[in-house]
Amino acid sequence: MRYLPHTDVEVQQMLDCIGVSSMEDLFSGIPENCRLQKPLDLPAALSESEVMSQLKVLAEQNSKISDWDAFLGGGAYNHFIPTVVDHLVSRSEFYTAYTPYQPEISQGTLQAIFEFQTMICQLTGMDVANASMYDGASACAEAVLLTVRAGKKRRKVLLSEALNPQYRETVATYCRYLDVELVDIPFQNGVTDQSALAACLDDQVASVVVGYPNYFGQVEDIAAIAEMAQNAGARLVTAVSEPLALALFKAPGEMGADVVVGEGQSFGIPVSYGGPGIGFFAVKKKDMRVLPGRLVGETVDLEGRRGFVLTLATREQHIRREKATSNICSNQGMCTLMVGIYLALHGKQGLRQLAEINYAKAAYAKAQIGRLEGYDIAFSGEGFNEFVVICPEPVADLKRRLEQDGILAGIALGRDFPSLERGLLVCVTEQNSREQIDRLVSALAGGEV
Amino acid sequence: MISTEGRGLVLDEKLLFEQSQPGRVGYSLPTLDVPAVTPEKQLLRDDIKGFPELSEVDVVRHYTRLSTWNYGVDSGFYPLGSCTMKYNPKVNEAAARLPGFAEIHPQTPEALNQGALELMYNLQRDLGEVSGFPAITLQPAAGAQGEFVGMLTIRAWHEAKGQKRHKVIIPDTAHGTNPASAALCGYEVITVASEGVLSKAAVAELMDDDVAALMVTNPNTLGLFESDIREICDLVHERGGLVYSDGANLNALMGISRPGDIGIDVMHFNLHKTFSTPHGGGGPGAGPVGVVEKLEPFLPKPVVIKENDAYKLDYDRPESIGRVKSFYGHFGVLVRAYSYILSMGGNGLKRATEMAVLNANYIRARLEDEYDLPYKQRSLHEVVFSEAALANNCHTLDVAKRLIDYGYHPPTIYFPLVVHGALMIEPTETESKQMIDEFCDALLAIAEEAKKQPEKLKMAPVRAKVKRLDEATAARKPKLIWEKD
Amino acid sequence: MDFPEELKYTEEHEWVLVEEDVVTIGITDFAQEQLGDVVFVELPDVGDHFDTGKSFGVVESVKAVSDVYAPVSGEIVEVNEDLPDEPEVLNNSPYEDGWMVKLKLTDTAELNELMDAAAYQEFVEKD
Repeated sequence: MRYLPHTDVEVQQMLDCIGVSSMEDLFSGIPENCRLQKPLDLPAALSESEVMSQLKVLAEQNSKISDWDAFLGGGAYNHFIPTVVDHLVSRSEFYTAYTPYQPEISQGTLQAIFEFQTMICQLTGMDVANASMYDGASACAEAVLLTVRAGKKRRKVLLSEALNPQYRETVATYCRYLDVELVDIPFQNGVTDQSALAACLDDQVASVVVGYPNYFGQVEDIAAIAEMAQNAGARLVTAVSEPLALALFKAPGEMGADVVVGEGQSFGIPVSYGGPGIGFFAVKKKDMRVLPGRLVGETVDLEGRRGFVLTLATREQHIRREKATSNICSNQGMCTLMVGIYLALHGKQGLRQLAEINYAKAAYAKAQIGRLEGYDIAFSGEGFNEFVVICPEPVADLKRRLEQDGILAGIALGRDFPSLERGLLVCVTEQNSREQIDRLVSALAGGEV
Repeated sequence: MISTEGRGLVLDEKLLFEQSQPGRVGYSLPTLDVPAVTPEKQLLRDDIKGFPELSEVDVVRHYTRLSTWNYGVDSGFYPLGSCTMKYNPKVNEAAARLPGFAEIHPQTPEALNQGALELMYNLQRDLGEVSGFPAITLQPAAGAQGEFVGMLTIRAWHEAKGQKRHKVIIPDTAHGTNPASAALCGYEVITVASEGVLSKAAVAELMDDDVAALMVTNPNTLGLFESDIREICDLVHERGGLVYSDGANLNALMGISRPGDIGIDVMHFNLHKTFSTPHGGGGPGAGPVGVVEKLEPFLPKPVVIKENDAYKLDYDRPESIGRVKSFYGHFGVLVRAYSYILSMGGNGLKRATEMAVLNANYIRARLEDEYDLPYKQRSLHEVVFSEAALANNCHTLDVAKRLIDYGYHPPTIYFPLVVHGALMIEPTETESKQMIDEFCDALLAIAEEAKKQPEKLKMAPVRAKVKRLDEATAARKPKLIWEKD
Repeated sequence: MDFPEELKYTEEHEWVLVEEDVVTIGITDFAQEQLGDVVFVELPDVGDHFDTGKSFGVVESVKAVSDVYAPVSGEIVEVNEDLPDEPEVLNNSPYEDGWMVKLKLTDTAELNELMDAAAYQEFVEKD
């Protein structure tokens, strides 16, 4: 087997040096009643060409987003990934390396993470960002835990019902056996209901969690909500599952958010059936020492050269153990690199332009659909590249009908949002051409495509 | 011949922001084919201050240079104990990049993704076969998250029976994520001392009706098989508790022993260790979890099931603990692991374990006369030395840094905490005898240097991109982002 | 290694300077050496009350974290405000500039449980 270099001669030499007569002797420390007495029931090894053939067969039975007119968002976004990204992350010095615990031979990884941390702070308007979390949902959950820990005796957390439902479920799982009370705040006209929020804000509330944009693609009034939360002594967490919006709309940090978390998949990471993605997590200086996850800091070496190291490690599990700020050990390594490269390529101008394209295309689609008989745009107010359409027929039927025409029209909202039973969440990005949008509109109207 | 000679070009490279030139672009965007509109002015942000502006050439050079400062498994031997830095097969990379895998949007209907779901279903089955667990979840994003899921299912199981237990027993040799994960489930951690391996008596002394679970690692972080494990599991079960096993060291057991057969109730896998998916400079990994039958209802949802001939995502799981992340797991990593299992087959996985154990024992035999070996039981896939035998007040840290000058990534150091100055070496099966001989020669040469020229260790590394870094200042005065002066 | 005669000591490596019913507390030379370069110190607030053996603060180095335990019960009356900005003082001057808190005793009898310099030195050296 090409990954196993030992020849029989070498194996014998090694056994001799060890001083045993057979491989079996090396397992003598395992009691007989712990030994597996039969071979593993797995298919026999395949050659490289056979492996690729089999996997291609499986790969061909899936829906490649490029084969469809796809208008899907809901926490994963279809953006063009420049060729350079995969080209660079395929360098094996990056992907076959471990966590940079030996900084002298990991300066590549460490500097790339430092740059990532910086760009996240620049985008979100915050002071400190970590080296990433697993994804937006778990980052949101960890943010909730941070605010409860930092909130001294406050144990209540107010979650907007307009947040991504998977984020809410993840928060609930993380808090399941902890002394935390989760309270739902309803939405009104597609955004968090501020009077309902005001009614729930008391001196027991550690934080308020709001999406930006929220699950419906709507832009929330972060400044107003931040003020309300902080006047009540609570923190504001904003969860950003489509961070491209931050290239166009005001940064949450500038509007008073205390913690900004989100999903970085939009920035150069393939949709890949939902994973891996990357969570980002940014705070203000005051919370730097309770930030979970890895952190890279700048320093100098013995001869005054600039270098980078993992720092503030004493927050983490390998030192604090049960008193750690989190149990997280890894970050998303390769994904931070992909995001860094994507952001570096687009830069200040490219990212803004790309966001404007997304916004304009979604606005066009919204306007065309809004004009159709029987269809309504659910919410007034600004949004980014997603919006909710109220349909005249059951959404499941509509989706099936459009699938026949090669269109993935959007996400049915009824299951997660009973008040939006006829709701369809439509996402439009730079990957959707005008022709595609026109086809969608035509198909929705029931006409020829 | 042992030597510290042989270094390539080591070019310097500034930060992205330091090379930025206003107006430079590295992107190409299609022209807008719909009317240009923008949001209300007061919602718009200003320019992203400090964000870089670079050409494509700038970006390519930047990251290419950064990569040359790194050391990966493809660069050389990477003997990090408990990390299983085995070779990352390239066919796995090609597999994960197949457009039929990489381009699937997670919100597309299941009926349109039968290939992906079949892959996940098969992987569940294969991991179950290797470990002896009938039920598997592929959702957790990493080992630590797998541990969290495992402990959540344990607590859910107890609560479903109306039992409120508050404690979890964890050995002093455990990885830090173990107590951290237990604490996240609201448990109090009770530490049990081990003398190399856990003793029945020590566990029995702490086991009572308020203990929800024992968390073990097997083989443990000293590379030793927990010889009393069956009896220990029995005694925990007798008092109504469950046993969680940290599966980080599964590379020592494939085809040899199955945790699910010997009394373990829950175990997490590290696909980025045992199943060859890349470590990526710190992720992404994947931490699937295997459980015994009685814990199956509590697994995170959705789970991949097969109904008649169709594969589905099953959300109808009323007792599930919920979800720990979006969507279904790190699918891209799962593809790589599946590709690996297809390439190795059952016999290949067993052979991998055998060669991993052979390599570790060979290293032990070559070094144990010179380096202090605190535990004399039979080693499996990794061996732990201490710093006791080092001359002239040299420490494990110094040996590690000097190994860099010899062209190797250092082993794991200062873990587990029970060994003073631990040096944990896990070679894995993908290293050849020559590579291991050269590594051992280097460690022996370093031991000699400690006796005759200790300053060489103390000042190491001298041949890396940077010398030893000031970690104290980095922690006292943290500088965590670039800021324009 | 320093073991000032006039101080009392605990097994958790805190030192205590007794001045009537107010004691000054810090960590010993041995402790700072074990920890390595101190990077961060967390101190309680004036007015906080601690029972013997409870943690009143935290000292962090690059590679370790250590709770600091109240050697006697009492109320914090003063805190070394300079310490958080200059944590390295704990390494350089553990018995003087590195003092952490001053605490007003609730029970002077508890002082009898503490070790004197000779006993502490023996305790440290026997390990």
